[in-house]
Amino acid sequence: MPLDIPAVRLTGIAPEIALCATALLLLVIDAVLGERRNRWYLPALASIGLGLSIYFATEAWGTTRLELSGMVAVDGFASFVKITLAVFGLLTVWLGRDFLVRERAEEGEFYGLVLFAVAGMMLMAGAADLIVVFLALETFSLALYVLVGFRRRSLLSQESSMKYFLLGSFSTAFFLLGIAFVYGAVGSTNLYGGEDGPGIVSSFMATGASDVGLLILAMGLLIVGLGFKVAAVPFHMWTPDAYQGAPSPVTGFMAAGSKIAGFAALLRLLDVTLYPLREDWRPLVIGVAVLTMVVGSVLAVVQEDVKRLLAYSSIAHAGFVFTGLIAANDRGVSGSLFYLATYGITVLGAFAVVAVLSGRDDEKVTLRDYRGLFYDRPLLAGALTLFLLSLAGVPVTSGFVAKLVVFGAAIQEGYWWLAVVGMVTSAIAAFFYLKVLVVMYMQEKETEDAERVRSGPLSTGVIGLAALATIVLGLYWGPLIDVAERATLFFAGG
Amino acid sequence: MPISYFLVLSALLFSIGVYGVLARRHAVLVLLSIELMLNAVNINLVAFSALLEKAGLDGQVFALFVIAVAAAEVGVGLAIVILIYRNSQDTDVGELSLMKW
Amino acid sequence: MSIDVAVFGVMFVVVLGSSIAMLFARNAVHVALFLVVTQIGLAVAFLLEGAYFIAAIQIIVYAGAIMVLFLFVIMLLGVDRREALNEPLRGQRPLAVGLAALLAAEVLYVAYKGSDLITTGGGSQALQDLNADPGNVKALARVVFSRYLLPFEVTSILLVVAVVGVMVLARQMSAISPVSARSGSSVADKEEAA
Repeated sequence: MPLDIPAVRLTGIAPEIALCATALLLLVIDAVLGERRNRWYLPALASIGLGLSIYFATEAWGTTRLELSGMVAVDGFASFVKITLAVFGLLTVWLGRDFLVRERAEEGEFYGLVLFAVAGMMLMAGAADLIVVFLALETFSLALYVLVGFRRRSLLSQESSMKYFLLGSFSTAFFLLGIAFVYGAVGSTNLYGGEDGPGIVSSFMATGASDVGLLILAMGLLIVGLGFKVAAVPFHMWTPDAYQGAPSPVTGFMAAGSKIAGFAALLRLLDVTLYPLREDWRPLVIGVAVLTMVVGSVLAVVQEDVKRLLAYSSIAHAGFVFTGLIAANDRGVSGSLFYLATYGITVLGAFAVVAVLSGRDDEKVTLRDYRGLFYDRPLLAGALTLFLLSLAGVPVTSGFVAKLVVFGAAIQEGYWWLAVVGMVTSAIAAFFYLKVLVVMYMQEKETEDAERVRSGPLSTGVIGLAALATIVLGLYWGPLIDVAERATLFFAGG
Repeated sequence: MPISYFLVLSALLFSIGVYGVLARRHAVLVLLSIELMLNAVNINLVAFSALLEKAGLDGQVFALFVIAVAAAEVGVGLAIVILIYRNSQDTDVGELSLMKW
Repeated sequence: MSIDVAVFGVMFVVVLGSSIAMLFARNAVHVALFLVVTQIGLAVAFLLEGAYFIAAIQIIVYAGAIMVLFLFVIMLLGVDRREALNEPLRGQRPLAVGLAALLAAEVLYVAYKGSDLITTGGGSQALQDLNADPGNVKALARVVFSRYLLPFEVTSILLVVAVVGVMVLARQMSAISPVSARSGSSVADKEEAA
């Protein structure tokens, strides 16, 4: 029997290939050209790579099929997430440029790792087999572990990297055990069942309901693994420390990127593959969602460090996205996508402001450093205000629309009490966003800075773009929701 | 041989690994416990692959990938440990409070 | 009782004994060596399950390369000389015992439940056929390079990421004030203190 290699069609993973190729090229160019004062060509090249991946992702829009022996799904859902991720990547690269120049850190490796991380996240969005989900998860996690420890003069940064790494590997082991049980329960790890090999659902239906116990346990373990990545309570222990220790641009990227990647896998797993078993996983996920919303909002109130505060806020936001996931209807899926996209842009903007203000060594991040910010730097304070209001879900910002959509989806499915929990916790959360605003507008600055940190042109651009997107999507949300809704039409796949 | 023999072995090893991760404080020892957990998963995967009529070789392939990933993970993890060790002169090298709120 | 079961019994005792010893060993080198014993035992388990290639890889890559790396780092850090390695945070050990016991009970229950619906017997006929005709390695290669082509390629990207990551971390080491000269003496200091 000769080895027959299946037809290889690469349209499904073209964005990832573009990114990996760019990253490798970038590393080589950086090594060949060596140390120079101004290495502008590196971020430029990274931007071109990300632009290319957006192009390839839009090319794939409109098709629905499985490729590479059923390993990746090419559908609107994957395209939507990939384009969003590429945008996050672009903002991160631009933001990272100013940070790297300021800190004189290794530029080439930073962009390379960011591109690899984005590629891993994209792969996760399109993964149609648990093994691909696992490998994609590991790829972007490894890149993030290193990126978190990128502040060279900070032991805190390296220790938080260690902590993130250990807890991440720990949760990966649970995720793997979950995969092993899925495999044991149904004899397959494929989410859909492609041209060769059965899928989880079809195999499960064939075997009957006797081994549902094994599959339920497996599902729980998978939720542990992915819940860790999206920072859901009780798997959130790493979040505050990693967010605090990481360089601000990386923190923004983690909050935006690993959240949408983790939720993309969760949505595909729970809302499509395990949809027939939704009555079995819903209680578990509802518990996680309520805990996440409550713990995230309540613990954020006592934080004194802006990055830790935003970390708890990101935990709470994971809980809000879960309500859309629990609804498991079209509106819930498209709402979650819209939520994750707008949240990502807003939170990247917020961390861009933090990055500019934190100064040398990325150190000025406590609330005290924000006293009287409005009188000192009105534009930055205004932008941060806008982002915080959007995170709190105030009308006229994108955050408000996003919350409306996911809660609406939950209500449509009869989970009105879940929406009530969401609104109550949003109200609690509004309190700590207000706390920051009070500090910025109502308190006096303590000491004068010896050196005033200037916002680089790229950082300013990122903040401006994010602010613009936050407002525009708060007023004209229609088009993006429309696209998100069309993204779910192809969602079911083969 | 019944498959449950292997599942029992795997379950016990995985639990020992979980205990080790939570009870140890030193980063290297935590990492060793995580390796034990990954090994337990591999036993499971290969057992299912060997004893399920319908499962085929997929489980063995999976175990292969797990070993490759574990190697990469250990490389990065140990690099971070050494980095912290070299940057801090204090005696608490690699000791972390993993459960801080 | 067949010879298989006897081998399994011996392996079970060795693996379980050495992994429990891992938890109680006070010296980090001993912990690593107990893990090596466990992993060699598990290689026997893989042989029993008809996974010959994995058994070889387990010994070459895991018990060999990875554990040597571990031992190297343990020796480098001087972890082996320090005492009180096993000193968890307050309240964490009961939590660990509870969680581990709960998990073990849960998993054992499922394994017990699962045992009656899965074909019991000396390895599936399909696997034995595969191992006999093309051979275990050939059969694996066919699957890896056809159905699992994409995961295989992704693994290569993963390894590149790991290499780049380790390189960045190593560069940071040389960038920050070199403590290497002092680290040797600090280990000696600790010894004296102990």
